[in-house]
Amino acid sequence: MNEIIAMILAGGQGTRLGVLTENVVKPAVPFGGKYRIIDFTLSNCVNSSIYTVGVLTQYRPRVLSTHLGVGRDWDMDRKNGGLFILSPYAASTEGEWYKGTAHAVAQNIDFIDQFSPKYVLILSGDHVYSMDYNEMLDFHISKNADATISCIRVPLSEAHRFGTVITDNISRVKEFEEKPKRPRSQLASMGIYIFNWPLLREILIKDSRDENSSHDFGKDIMPNLVSQKAIYAYEFEGYWRDVGTIDAFWEANIDLTRSMPALNLYDPNWRFYTHSAEMPPAFFGKEAKILNSLTSEGCIVNGTAESSVLFQGVILGRGSYVKNSVVMTNVKIGENCVIENAIISENVVVGNNCQIGIGENIPNEKYPNIYNSGISVIGEYVIVGDDVRIGKNASIGNFLNMEEMKVKEVPGGKNLRVDGLA
Amino acid sequence: MKVLGLILAGQKGENLGKLTNRRASAAIPVAGKYRAIDFTLSNMVRAGIRKVGVLTQYNPRSLMDHLGSGREWDLDRKNGGLYILQPYVSETSQLWYRGTADAIHQNITVLRRGEEDYVLIGSGDHIYNIDFTPLFKYHIATAADITILTKSSAGYDPAMYGTVKINENNRITYFVEKDKENPGDMINLGVYFMNKKLMMDLLYSTVPNGKYDLVKDIIIPNINGLNIMSYEFSGYWRNIKKSLTEYKKVNMDMLNPDILNELFSPQRKIYTKLKDLAPPKITSTGSVTNSIIADGCIISGRVTNSVLFRNVNVKAGAYVEDSVIMEGSVIEEGSRVVNCILDKNVTIRSEKSYVGYEEPLVFEKWQVV
Repeated sequence: MNEIIAMILAGGQGTRLGVLTENVVKPAVPFGGKYRIIDFTLSNCVNSSIYTVGVLTQYRPRVLSTHLGVGRDWDMDRKNGGLFILSPYAASTEGEWYKGTAHAVAQNIDFIDQFSPKYVLILSGDHVYSMDYNEMLDFHISKNADATISCIRVPLSEAHRFGTVITDNISRVKEFEEKPKRPRSQLASMGIYIFNWPLLREILIKDSRDENSSHDFGKDIMPNLVSQKAIYAYEFEGYWRDVGTIDAFWEANIDLTRSMPALNLYDPNWRFYTHSAEMPPAFFGKEAKILNSLTSEGCIVNGTAESSVLFQGVILGRGSYVKNSVVMTNVKIGENCVIENAIISENVVVGNNCQIGIGENIPNEKYPNIYNSGISVIGEYVIVGDDVRIGKNASIGNFLNMEEMKVKEVPGGKNLRVDGLA
Repeated sequence: MKVLGLILAGQKGENLGKLTNRRASAAIPVAGKYRAIDFTLSNMVRAGIRKVGVLTQYNPRSLMDHLGSGREWDLDRKNGGLYILQPYVSETSQLWYRGTADAIHQNITVLRRGEEDYVLIGSGDHIYNIDFTPLFKYHIATAADITILTKSSAGYDPAMYGTVKINENNRITYFVEKDKENPGDMINLGVYFMNKKLMMDLLYSTVPNGKYDLVKDIIIPNINGLNIMSYEFSGYWRNIKKSLTEYKKVNMDMLNPDILNELFSPQRKIYTKLKDLAPPKITSTGSVTNSIIADGCIISGRVTNSVLFRNVNVKAGAYVEDSVIMEGSVIEEGSRVVNCILDKNVTIRSEKSYVGYEEPLVFEKWQVV
């Protein structure tokens, strides 16, 4: 018997990350030089001594499953418990795609039952944070709660983007408001819950029979529960980011390059583990200039990098200048390029004399709610070619060969896809 | 074809002074994140060898810690895998290994029991990246009894190596150990490939007679009796334990992109124990040129022409030049380190200056100066 087991929801697409999540599920998006987003949640589990973890996958799980393997990189390849990837399945009478977060867990009741846990911790694989779940569990136990929801204090002006909770003076939740227009509380739900398993089991079964429910923890389960059961809000004080937009994703990466960032990757007592490629240490050439940046193993830096995150195996050519950018694994950048405010996905090849992130900051014409913060995004495996100019808020679809397409310019706010510029 | 790998890793490496006070030379850190033994071990694993015995003797703690169950080299296996072969006490003997041949002889059970046809003997001190499979094929094609890996002696001091001469068929006709007067024109790289049964016969007929050295007592006396072939290697090869200067030079060689690419080619990887540290960070006051920086480092000072291992902290205003700084060392504000080798976890206090002149200055593990 395990006292607590964790279920990580890792099936969401994350539509607001544009081309970054076209081919990979959001938890598998690379982050912070060598990690993928789910590493933070998984490492928090391991560091909190939670070694039985189910990962619920659905949208494009290939990269995620390859990354996780049997969980060996997180010390989760264990005799008892360990890491389990739980995909949607077909059965004789039922079997279907996960219809919502609660439905995903409900479909795996048998899985949880085999460990007969006292508590179940529901987590999201989309967040970047460091958190000791034991403190939240202690809170849950000390309040004798039926369920506990982890919250973070946000400015009132920001609260409309979150699900907020309204509590009384002993932290008991009185009301839920999902993305309120006029927020009454600063406490935003982090999408992290602890339930007593017998209770959760019962309500999941009830919810899955309810045809009017959208089977979502935040929308259906919690608001219905609040009047009947003792739900408490645990206030988390620490670093937590939902990197759900291009801007937030970029910002959270660039934050790491500043001095004393809130997310400490170097804490020997709270390490973040990942599945990383085996590469030699980073090499800096004679002409390398580097300021306020992260560089990873396998990097070969001969140009200049400023306030940027260079992932593993990035090659930066002579005379090239990269500023405020996120450059992912195995990207090759030629000579004399200028790249500013860009996110360049894995395995992109940029030729010589390219300019990326130039011109006016006009929002994207086709996807104004995705590319709107002045950041240019290039999808994975794109071949950019020589002398190419790419504007602000532009996006280049995955796997495009711009050399073959003979595209030398993508103006600001435009998108390059298989069928051409739009 | 099944091959048993044996790695000789029991030596102290006298010439490395303080660096090998507490570790065998095979466990010495090199090139930012590796240990010397990683190279031979990875070369063997990539050649399809699934059983590797590591012969240890001199202070093996750090070597054992590094190797663990062999999992980083895919040697944690149901069948075969990694065998640590230490000297031991038994009913009939309680002896340290008296030489390389004796070390293998004392573990002859591993040879007798295994189903392998061949043995490949290497050393834990050598830094090189090789694909052994052409050597295996060459051995069989030439019907050799023993195949020895060699390299032209240009650039090496023959007084420090075993040297050989070969005839027009690459057969070794002359073999001397560290001979200054009459050296051969190729050096012996300490890699021997032979039929396992032959290896056992040779050991049975020499070791019980008080002859304990693989080269002096087994290979050289059989130079005419056996068909000993030379297989020439043209890539980068260095022996880490020849001298401190050599040790430093090997590390500095990594700053040469050609050598770096050859040793760490993505097609022929060198595996090591992973630690999952965060990517190195260069802050607003830091600068790095012509250097290698491993994971976990935080650089706020200036670093040039140096190799920094994991978790090194160079504080603001500090200056590091022409040095090898091992894992966990801290160089505090305003100090200067030039031509030094810092072993693990050394702390250089602020405003200090240390400059090595002819030989690099060496600081021992955990020193605070």
